[in-house]
Amino acid sequence: MTPAHLLLLPVLLPVLSGCLALLHDGLRWRRAMLLGTAVLLVVVAGWLLIAADRGTYGIYRLGDWPVPVAIVLVLDRLSAAMLLLTAVIGVLGAWRATDGTDRVAPHFHTLYLLQVAGLNGAFLAGDLFNLFVFFELLLIASYALLVYGATTPRLKAGVQYVVLNVTGSSVFLVAIGVLYGVAGSLNFADLAARIAVAPEADAALLRSGALLLLVVFALKAAAAPLSFWLPGAYAATTPAVATLFAMMTKVGVYAIIRTGTLLFGSDAGVVSGAYAPWLTGAAVATILVGTLAAFGATSTARMVSALLVVSVGTMLCAVALFTERALAAALFYLVHSTLAAAAMFLVAGIVPAPASARMATGALYTIGAIAIAGVPPLAGFLGKALILQATPPDARGLWVWSVVLLSSALAVVALARGGVTLFWEQATVSPSDNAPAPAPTPRQPSGYPAGGALLAVVLLSIFAGPAGAYAQRTAHQLLMSGGYVQAVLSTPGGR
Amino acid sequence: MTVLIALAIGVLVGCGVLLLLRARIFPVLLGVMLMSYAVNLFLLASGRLRNLTPPILTDAGGPYADPLPQALVLTAIVIGFGMLALLVAVALRSRQATGTDHVDGHEPLEYGP
Repeated sequence: MTPAHLLLLPVLLPVLSGCLALLHDGLRWRRAMLLGTAVLLVVVAGWLLIAADRGTYGIYRLGDWPVPVAIVLVLDRLSAAMLLLTAVIGVLGAWRATDGTDRVAPHFHTLYLLQVAGLNGAFLAGDLFNLFVFFELLLIASYALLVYGATTPRLKAGVQYVVLNVTGSSVFLVAIGVLYGVAGSLNFADLAARIAVAPEADAALLRSGALLLLVVFALKAAAAPLSFWLPGAYAATTPAVATLFAMMTKVGVYAIIRTGTLLFGSDAGVVSGAYAPWLTGAAVATILVGTLAAFGATSTARMVSALLVVSVGTMLCAVALFTERALAAALFYLVHSTLAAAAMFLVAGIVPAPASARMATGALYTIGAIAIAGVPPLAGFLGKALILQATPPDARGLWVWSVVLLSSALAVVALARGGVTLFWEQATVSPSDNAPAPAPTPRQPSGYPAGGALLAVVLLSIFAGPAGAYAQRTAHQLLMSGGYVQAVLSTPGGR
Repeated sequence: MTVLIALAIGVLVGCGVLLLLRARIFPVLLGVMLMSYAVNLFLLASGRLRNLTPPILTDAGGPYADPLPQALVLTAIVIGFGMLALLVAVALRSRQATGTDHVDGHEPLEYGP
């Protein structure tokens, strides 16, 4: 049995230890807080995953208010999986950060933990406004982390990133205003129930609200045409931060899945399927833009960022279908591609390797490249195959099939070219955009975090069976959106 | 009053977008600020415009203003102000580092003769 208050831990724990880290100035204390919390979060998230897999909803009402009024945190299979993924990525980034990144400027640890809290909160939020608040929490931490160290390329990327996201937040608030004005609630469950019975006269406004939300989430997920900010920003920042940022795009994908199934799913009456007509086109365009960017990349980090965009496009192709098989495939691929992108950001942080470490680094690069390109034998191939299988053979399917396959082939070519340049041509390519930045430590950062990330990818490939089955159960639960509404609205103290 | 509020929001958003597209730090800051004002007004209006009514429901019934949008606006103002302050800080550092106030970090390229 899950103690009820456990649900609060993924948000509370990083905030608390982030504040505790500020109390003492010692690097050792702060690192202990960062790593300890990161590891503890994996345990908590694992526990929550097991609890969520029983198929019931974990619901936490803040302040014990009755339900449509209360701020609720809701845990289902999707949230639990995202929490666990965040925790794992969080450990990897924190591990890499303790290699010296955290010494460049003060308060790295607190910012990092606050961003983790924001991510976890966004995955647990049970209403639209708290989704916004947690978005802002993770964004404000990410602004500081992005420009962390304040080198010129980071500041350049930072200004654009902040302006873009502040504007995005305005759009988010407008969408919230529209939906509240029409439906009169912001709680996901209550909103879903009200949208389901909305009269035809409200359809136009509800649809505008839905599409405004889609714009915001597409901006976070870096779906075309809102994807151009990503490669510059992710390539400019430190590898530790880029690793955590690999998770940040998934908040957008998560929000698209959550609102697309719960609020604008098949039960949504006049606005059912509001996302579908736009999503496939955007996803295909995302893949094309990302693949071209990967070819034009001038650094490893930039190439990985572009491939991250490609992976977002690939999973959105499946999400756009909103069928059980497609959602399961998208979720499986989401977990894999996030781990693979994190691994490659970590690898990008240790290339070009000195001659003594070239063999080991080359091996890491090769495994990471196989993972992120989605070719056998790792699970990325399986994820892509599942996505293609779930795509029906109509005109839309034709686009998805051809573009996904073409981008996989081109990604392999781009990665191979990068590998040749890095390891055989004695590195004429700079490792990242900020190569001339003053190195915090003269020694080469260790490759162990990258190895750890790749181990996670390999483990996911070995345990693809159970993971796939979990994704299937998650997709099933997502499409039974009535269960979510019922569970939240009928909690004790509810109406 | 509805028309007046709608016009105010429209003008604020229009000016905000125009300033955002100037792509220079200071106009962009003003644009972001105007946009957030417009959004705050819009949120307030989403709870329906009512004059001289208390934001509280009494046993006696009667008209009341929806308190939720007011709470939302309060949160949005706080967050928006924090974001703006942070944007100013980043923009100032960027201006120092790059020597230009263009958001691309360099002066726009000149095309043609």
